[in-house]
Amino acid sequence: MLLGRELALSWGRGGGPLLALAFYAATATLLPLATGPEPARLAALAPGSAWLALALASLLSLERLFERDFEDGALDLLALGPAPLELAALAKCLAHWITAGAPLALAAPIVAIALGASPTLAPMIALTALIGGISFSFCGGVGAALSLGSRRGGVLIAVIVLPLFAPPVIFGAGAIDAYGAGLDWKTGLMLLSAFSLACLGLGPFAMAAACRNALS
Amino acid sequence: MIAALANPRAFIRFSQWAAPLLGAVAAVLGAIGLWLDFTAPPDYQQGYTIHVMFIHVPAAWMSTFVYACLGGASFIGLVFRHALADAAARAAAPLGAAFTLLALVTGSLWGRPMWGTWWVWDARLTSVLVLFLLYLGYMALDAAIDDEAKAARACSILALVGLINLPIVHYSVVWWNTLHQGPSVFRAGGPAMPPIYLAPLLTMVLAYTAAFGALWLVRIRSEVWRRRAGALALRAAD
Amino acid sequence: MLDFNAGKYAVFVWPAYALTVIVITALVVDTLARARRWRRAVEQAERTAALEASPDRK
Repeated sequence: MLLGRELALSWGRGGGPLLALAFYAATATLLPLATGPEPARLAALAPGSAWLALALASLLSLERLFERDFEDGALDLLALGPAPLELAALAKCLAHWITAGAPLALAAPIVAIALGASPTLAPMIALTALIGGISFSFCGGVGAALSLGSRRGGVLIAVIVLPLFAPPVIFGAGAIDAYGAGLDWKTGLMLLSAFSLACLGLGPFAMAAACRNALS
Repeated sequence: MIAALANPRAFIRFSQWAAPLLGAVAAVLGAIGLWLDFTAPPDYQQGYTIHVMFIHVPAAWMSTFVYACLGGASFIGLVFRHALADAAARAAAPLGAAFTLLALVTGSLWGRPMWGTWWVWDARLTSVLVLFLLYLGYMALDAAIDDEAKAARACSILALVGLINLPIVHYSVVWWNTLHQGPSVFRAGGPAMPPIYLAPLLTMVLAYTAAFGALWLVRIRSEVWRRRAGALALRAAD
Repeated sequence: MLDFNAGKYAVFVWPAYALTVIVITALVVDTLARARRWRRAVEQAERTAALEASPDRK
């Protein structure tokens, strides 16, 4: 029931995933302008940059993850309500992943191919983006919860959260490159999944603690 | 003794003799270290650049040591709700960030003549860079929240999350490197160092640690005074 | 005795030392300045509080 509410809110706010997707497309377009259009170089960077742009695009909608509820008092109710705050945090991040992370994950292979990556990499890119998206949503959630009630929320969340994004970026990009090179990609994928699961499991506790701190 | 330290007044009294003592120790050790440093001969392979090692390795050691101190203080502050521990954690952050920056820059200056490049994405360098970003994030969060108690608690949570993340980053890059058989991983120091280099190195490490101790104690003391001044001002305003 | 002859590596070695000296000095100066500032503030506040507490208003 919580999840349903979160999903509805998350989808409703800001036209669902459209904004994130648009941002993703925009950053992807800027990339060849920044690195130069040389196809070989662009293709080599393509999967990695698609990954990175995805992380940044997920950051976009994170600021509002807790903020609106915090401001209108709904977060107080959630904290006091029957369901533990950790569960509410879990629901919010899952909703974020479903409404923003998943569409971005599906767009990722398209973006990567547009940047010159080989189409054979497409399924791997989509898969790693989908799993990695969980860690982006949950780590991002931790950042969003910590920044509640502070000034300059959006940039602050990014600064807090980017070091935490490092392992999934490393694992995901590694897995994609391994897959492309015909090497063992399963290890990378497993490490990525393990990290995502850890974020999913432990993140809500940090988020709830941060929310309670902000509400106190 | 730890319990006695927990009392702010006791802490101030402690720091008033401990900090200058540590400062003096740091200065003496630093002088000895530098003398040993510049009387050591240039390395067979690295030439004169070996001298950068004597300021790079201590800085790198401090960057992780200070984060461990910050993490420990954060944990105590969070679990025991102790204001002095919170103050200690926040006082340590700028010091840690400064040492990390020194480690990164001196490492780069050491690496350029050695590897021919300013930067390599190996486990150690990447995780030190992430550590630097964690310090910056911590200080940004501290600055962004106005309420002190809340800022302290939020920062403690962030510090602990970062503490977990750091070994993960370090080992994930090891995996990344072994997969790609990247450029040679630079191994700094290690026990197989001749004593003529080991002596200045250890002396400098101790000097840096003593310096951190002194600076940290003084910063915590400043924090205690700041709160006291604020509390007195509030009372006077009534 | 003391070897300062850096040769071709001078452009790497000396900036490293210079930066270290600058950063550590800045840390020391900032830390001590901060301490002095807040100690003065406490002394000031204590003096004000003592004045207010003394029964000279009645």
